[in-house]
Amino acid sequence: MLHIIVCIKQVPMVSELPWDAKTGTLKRETAQGMMDPSARRALEAALQIKAGMGKNQASITAVSMGPPMAEEILYEAKALGADQGVLLTDPRMAGADTCMTAFILGKFITDHCPDAGLILCGAMSSDSETAQVGPQLAEELDIPAIGYARRLELVHDCIRVERHVDDFMELMEMDLPGLVTIDHADESDLYTPRYVPLGGVEAAFNAGDIRIMDGTALGLNKDFNALTSSPTKIIDVYSPVTRKENRVLTGAVKKMVDTLFDDYGKIISSAMGKDLKTHDHEGDV
Amino acid sequence: MSVEKQIWVWADYRNYFQSRVTLQILARASVLAEKTNATVCAVVFGDQVDAYVKEYIAHGAQKVYVTDDPFLKTYNVASYAFLLTALVRRFAPETLLIGATRFGQEIAPRVAKQLETGLTADCIDLDIDENGQLVQKAPSFGGNLVAKIITPDTRPQMATIRPGTFQELPHDDEAKGEVIPVPLPDTMPSPRVRCLKSELHPARARKIETADIVITGGRGMGSKGKFRKLFDLADLLHAEVGATRPVVYADWVSSEALVGQAGKHIRPKVLFSFGVSGAIQHTAALADARFIVAVNKNPNATMMKLADVAMVADANQVCSGIIRALKQRIRD
Ligand SMILES: Cc1cc2nc3c(=O)[nH]c(=O)nc-3n(C[C@H](O)[C@H](O)[C@H](O)COP(=O)(O)OP(=O)(O)OC[C@H]3O[C@@H](n4cnc5c(N)ncnc54)[C@H](O)[C@@H]3O)c2cc1C
Ligand SMILES: Nc1ncnc2c1ncn2[C@@H]1O[C@H](COP(=O)(O)O)[C@@H](O)[C@H]1O
Repeated sequence: MLHIIVCIKQVPMVSELPWDAKTGTLKRETAQGMMDPSARRALEAALQIKAGMGKNQASITAVSMGPPMAEEILYEAKALGADQGVLLTDPRMAGADTCMTAFILGKFITDHCPDAGLILCGAMSSDSETAQVGPQLAEELDIPAIGYARRLELVHDCIRVERHVDDFMELMEMDLPGLVTIDHADESDLYTPRYVPLGGVEAAFNAGDIRIMDGTALGLNKDFNALTSSPTKIIDVYSPVTRKENRVLTGAVKKMVDTLFDDYGKIISSAMGKDLKTHDHEGDV
Repeated sequence: MSVEKQIWVWADYRNYFQSRVTLQILARASVLAEKTNATVCAVVFGDQVDAYVKEYIAHGAQKVYVTDDPFLKTYNVASYAFLLTALVRRFAPETLLIGATRFGQEIAPRVAKQLETGLTADCIDLDIDENGQLVQKAPSFGGNLVAKIITPDTRPQMATIRPGTFQELPHDDEAKGEVIPVPLPDTMPSPRVRCLKSELHPARARKIETADIVITGGRGMGSKGKFRKLFDLADLLHAEVGATRPVVYADWVSSEALVGQAGKHIRPKVLFSFGVSGAIQHTAALADARFIVAVNKNPNATMMKLADVAMVADANQVCSGIIRALKQRIRD
């Protein structure tokens, strides 16, 4: 029996959070959450591996570390076909950087899923895009790992992974347990996520058994605090300034376009490497 | 004598012909080193990498640590991370910079984790503060803002940098550098990941990075059908077409066209930008665009502020208008 762990993260639905120019703060509370698209592909890969094996040959645990509202994506994962959903949530986990996230996910896997065979992550989450959690989780667990997979295949006790990195098409292999991150930007549609079946989330919701674990249940130290353990500190946040003298054109489109070519045509024509008629009044047109 | 401060750049030469990211970071490291009185060092792993060592010296490396061994012939994340960690422990550099190629993005977090130090991904700029610390500037909060990040207590200070962020220094044949060979440690673990095949497959259409004219379209183009009009304009202008992320996600155009942090850096002489709001993840890749024409219904969009010429109008209408005007104005 293969126990597959899929790490999924909840991310804001829109990439640009509404931002209040007056107060200079983010309106985070208005942002709706969704399952990170890259982790969704990882879940799809797990579902396909499971489907390719015999009945009861594989089991999928979806795990997420996040605020209580991240429970939603675990119901969704169950509706899609995950067997178990686990939410690691505790105010002391808030503000975790990638190292701390990997530490917490690693603690859960080591202590509570000792039979884990294959661990899947998205390669890169859509909100922070660090691509760090997967590799750091592999370090934490001290297991082999392969990043940016576009195709997985189980061959006896090992897994074969096809990936495209930096212009190299590679075929790699490792023994299990191992960790694989699924390419978020792969053009083939092998792991394009399936849709949640109609009424599926509701059904999963009614079946209602997402396991919730806080720091104590997870066995973290009393004085654990993810935020203060982070080695990097944000010292300032600023809005990128603009430097250019800019000319603003308004009015009728035809007139604007003519102004563009009359006043800046030389710049455009030299970049094109073609001659343009730039001044109407020179009688060229 | 005080201990020499060093800034290390991990050399990612496998993509040398596609991505000159190591040379670009060496250039920035030279600027940082000047401010802190540090030495710029490259760190090279591989088999018969002499030519690269010379190249890095010619591009600003004052010292090069080299582990040259047949065992390192294939790029292997775990082995390289082990070795890099061992070298950092031994020579204690202040700063370690790594190109954000995919391989770089795999090795950097692993080394940071082993060393229990911080790592800032995808910096758009690096600087030094009054205490001599590395200031890592990275987009944050969905791209509206840039965060300045420091690593106050742990060393090295680590950052990854996307290709194209900095400009390399000119090749200097006269430059001198010290080469420090470091033998492969006996403790090197045998690789747990086996590489069965690794073939060069250059991505298609890299032309957008070098095109003299680029046309980018954003969500403001309205639909896939309307977005296609940008290609008609591109044909007339001999331009390449780029896009923002929502456009790529909506499948109006393939991900090859993505311009921005997660996509391509461009440096056109002229950039036409249609219906793009100007989030930092997108504009970080436009810093080298020389002349920018932006079209947006909203005069306050960031992209409009960045432009030399900002046209407050409907993107589709202006696109059609320019096509019409060009047909009249191009002299054959
Ligand atoms: C970690 C991370 C990495 C990212 N990486 C990238 C990246 O590499 N590249 C990238 O592009 N984005 C990236 N993004 C997304 C980025 O933050 C923005 O969401 C994105 O660039 C916005 O795209 P847009 O300008 O097309 O859309 P929007 O922000 O929706 O802007 C649309 C614009 O069109 C204008 N408009 C609407 N209708 C019209 C009309 N009819 N005529 C004219 N103008 C009109 C609007 O006024 C608006 O300014 C990333 C985000 C994150 C969080
Ligand atoms: N809080 C989290 N909980 C569960 N998985 C996570 C979390 N953060 C990141 N991951 C996993 O790590 C991947 C890469 O995330 P990132 O390093 O943020 O780009 C995601 O796609 C997830 O699979």
